[in-house]
Amino acid sequence: MKKRKKTTTRRKTKTARAARPQPAVPVACAGDRALNPALIKEHGLTPKEYATIRKILGRVPTYTELGMFSVMWSEHCSYKNSRPVLKQFPTRGPRVIQGPGENAGVMDIGDGRAICFKVESHNHPSAIEPYQGAATGVGGILRDIFTMGARPVACLNSLRFGKLSHAKARHIFTGVVSGIAGYGNCIGVPTIGGEVVFDDTYLDNCLVNVMAVGFMKREHLALGRATGVGNRVFYIGATTGRDGIHGATFASDELSAKAEERRSAVQVADPFMEKLLLEATLELIRGQHLIGIQDMGAAGLTCSTSEMGARAGTGLEIELDHVPQRELEMAPYEILLSESQERMLLVARPGHENQVTEILEKWHLHAADIGRVTNDGRLRVRHHGKLVADVPAGALADTKFPGYPTYIRPTRKPAYLAKVGHIPARALKTKRPVGKDLLQLLASPNLCSKRYVWEQYDHMVRTNTVLLPGAGAAVIRIKHTDKAVAVSTDGNGRYTYLDPHMGGRIAVAEAARNVAVTGAEPLGVTDCLNFGNPMDPEIFWQFKHAVRGMAETCRALKIPVTGGNVSFYNESPAGAVDPAPVAGVVGLLEHAKQMVTPWFKSEGDRIVILGKTLAELGGSAWLYDLQGVKAGKPPRLDLKKEASLQKVLVAAARQGWLQSAQDCSDGGLAVALAECAFLGKTSGQSGWGAEIRLSSGLNDVELMFSETQSRAVVSLKQENVKKFLSLCRGRQVPAVEAGLVRGGKLTIFNRGRLLLDKSVIALKEAWSGGLKRYVQ
Amino acid sequence: MKFGVVVFPGSNCDHDCYHGVKEVLRQPVQFIWHGSRTLPAVDCLILPGGFSYGDYLRTGAIARFAEIMDQVREHAQSGKPVIGICNGFQILLEAGLLPGAMLRNRNLNFICKYVLLKVESTRSPFIRYIPKDKLLRIPVAHGEGNYYCDAETLSQLRANRQILFRYCDSQGAVTDAANPNGSVDNIAGICNAQGNVVGMMPHPERCMETAMGSADGLELFRSLLQSAQSLVSG
Repeated sequence: MKKRKKTTTRRKTKTARAARPQPAVPVACAGDRALNPALIKEHGLTPKEYATIRKILGRVPTYTELGMFSVMWSEHCSYKNSRPVLKQFPTRGPRVIQGPGENAGVMDIGDGRAICFKVESHNHPSAIEPYQGAATGVGGILRDIFTMGARPVACLNSLRFGKLSHAKARHIFTGVVSGIAGYGNCIGVPTIGGEVVFDDTYLDNCLVNVMAVGFMKREHLALGRATGVGNRVFYIGATTGRDGIHGATFASDELSAKAEERRSAVQVADPFMEKLLLEATLELIRGQHLIGIQDMGAAGLTCSTSEMGARAGTGLEIELDHVPQRELEMAPYEILLSESQERMLLVARPGHENQVTEILEKWHLHAADIGRVTNDGRLRVRHHGKLVADVPAGALADTKFPGYPTYIRPTRKPAYLAKVGHIPARALKTKRPVGKDLLQLLASPNLCSKRYVWEQYDHMVRTNTVLLPGAGAAVIRIKHTDKAVAVSTDGNGRYTYLDPHMGGRIAVAEAARNVAVTGAEPLGVTDCLNFGNPMDPEIFWQFKHAVRGMAETCRALKIPVTGGNVSFYNESPAGAVDPAPVAGVVGLLEHAKQMVTPWFKSEGDRIVILGKTLAELGGSAWLYDLQGVKAGKPPRLDLKKEASLQKVLVAAARQGWLQSAQDCSDGGLAVALAECAFLGKTSGQSGWGAEIRLSSGLNDVELMFSETQSRAVVSLKQENVKKFLSLCRGRQVPAVEAGLVRGGKLTIFNRGRLLLDKSVIALKEAWSGGLKRYVQ
Repeated sequence: MKFGVVVFPGSNCDHDCYHGVKEVLRQPVQFIWHGSRTLPAVDCLILPGGFSYGDYLRTGAIARFAEIMDQVREHAQSGKPVIGICNGFQILLEAGLLPGAMLRNRNLNFICKYVLLKVESTRSPFIRYIPKDKLLRIPVAHGEGNYYCDAETLSQLRANRQILFRYCDSQGAVTDAANPNGSVDNIAGICNAQGNVVGMMPHPERCMETAMGSADGLELFRSLLQSAQSLVSG
């Protein structure tokens, strides 16, 4: 018995050997380039990293393997430079279902439901090829969401461009906006909010950060893990072409003057294909036909196979001949590194392989069985019957793997900080009346209405958008429940340039505040960190301190980070961009009906200003957009004050006391009050005016345009004022009843002296002229 | 009244129509797959908005060849109600169930915003019971909603009172400034000569609840139900 069994085993082994005579070592392929120091450098690998690869493999890598290590060890995929710094972020909390490390974060919102969200950058591709770069950015982040089993329900974006007086900035801006629209509109996910900033620091290197949000039932959570030895590995979606090869490496380098030549590293978007893939994927997940799934984004097949294996502690064996290809004679190197869009890798539940194929057929998509899960932790790749790569999956994708690169980068306080700390006296000498400045600020590209942008986005599809764009946070209801979710993305590159630590703190605080003014309780954060070259100690200093600031706010507000994206190398020959950490915060309204909107509602309502205005003009919109000066100390952010303010806003909204609430930030108190007035539509065409009486020792400009943090403007019915003020006192939030809603004019007095007297119509006209006049 | 929502590859307002009919109008509704060659027993067909087949080639140009379209045609010819919304309207034009064609918006951009519609006729059951002179506030969301037809067709549409909706301002005046996309005669929606087949660019399914900012879209469906009711009782 024993003997016979043994024989059988031997015979099986023999048969296998006879069927595919395999050398133990991967072989070179036709067209492979010879390995030499120049080629290794071209692949973005240091001599030391190359030596580590040789040590891990115990031999010289093949050209194919070199390519795989190159993309997986790029900063974009490995976070080798940023990881030690990112450890500062709090990532745990009672609502966290899935924190960093998967395709997107997932948080519990009660009733067996969860919200899935993440932000990602697509800066370099958008700088080179604005439409496709931005479109594929949307496609990539949406895949991250539905890969987790969630249906994408909203997109937001944080965009940064050069000033529109430059033809190049107009070209990139209009291209990016149409790209986002082209993709999001077609796939049927509403783009409901975000921010657009114009500053010449972003002229050559724009920032395109896209955040996506999805809803799901908890039981539908899917993870990117290849478990179950012997399970079949499927490739689904679009075919593989030569587009986007080395996109991840491209993203991990500065934009050079020759960047135009790298247009082939930008992928081409097909939102229709992704719509089919979205429906097919959700059908597969909800039908429980799969074990694990991962999208193919950066580093394509290499990344999805190695990460799925590494997370599960398994290996994968794949056959490239079975990968659907759209071009002839693609080399293994190209197939493995292609970043063709709209593709996924999945491990089928045993016995469900036919269902996988049938569902994909129903959606007219490819489903190819390309291999299986193995137990030895290695990623083995075959092509035309030959072994072409054989590397430990962990070496490519597990940060704990011995030899996996991690660097503690040196830092140095940037020299420029000594020069920009003080506002030049000439900039503060102004004799212009406050009203004139306010009109000019409202009409400036950075503060004016962004209607030109969001009218190109379908922001209503899926009929969940209960707060339309243009009002700070976006709010979407969750059908079949009473709940709604508020989302905001914010970040201020000017503040972060002038003080990275405060800039970081404020990015998270402002996004959370925008959520809190709607009455929603902030739950969690996703971050997109846009910086220059991390090898420059001054840049890394900015990075380290900005992250420290963000982490401090996250802890103070008890909102964990569930994932995000680091985008380094945002540089052009002109230098690094202003560091721009962007925070995307999601918040929950238990009852959608308790949502608070920013505009004044009815005559006679009392206006209360929360927070105390300080002389903080450093880094302000007034200083930059009107005086052309980027200097001074940005406003301080006191963590305790911020947390208290947000608690008060949420508590008052739950009580139903707030008629309106608006965050007070860019442009200061004057802009906030103007917005409260003209955003409304209840009084005929233009909203309600207000009469405000202040008592402050600050000069007019400081009082009106300082961007002091932790402030908000709210209005209440008279009978609720007392209760509200008492709530504020209890939480130690400064609160002053400053006036009332009335008429069609905004008038502001300080200590009895008239500061501002403008009709709401005039304010609205200045603001709503919007971007159109700059673009056409 | 039983509703069917046709799902093409790339339809993305299918769920919105389904939700509106089921949860707001409280009528039975089901999805109908584009590859189906038979039609379930439904009274009203909805061709929803979206980007069927990615709008590749031309909006609606591929969808009109879908297997289900023979059934849609038969349903329409038998006099039962069919409504094509946005991409659904584009498909009805391509299928020849309604006259005319779509051009790109005159500003060449996609436009998503609320517009005002003037109800111009009582020709179709979808608008017969909408109070006269009521301006409907309904959003548009399209890149190609610039309706075009030749002069002869236009005069026929006028003579037969097939023009159902025109873009107007808050005073009800049909002006060029109120026209979001450059359509001929400010046309936002039309019907066939019998009145049972309707195509419109604005999305009534997006504004059936006040939480969405307007509930005017409900008027069309209520009118349809009322027409069916009066048909039965009459």
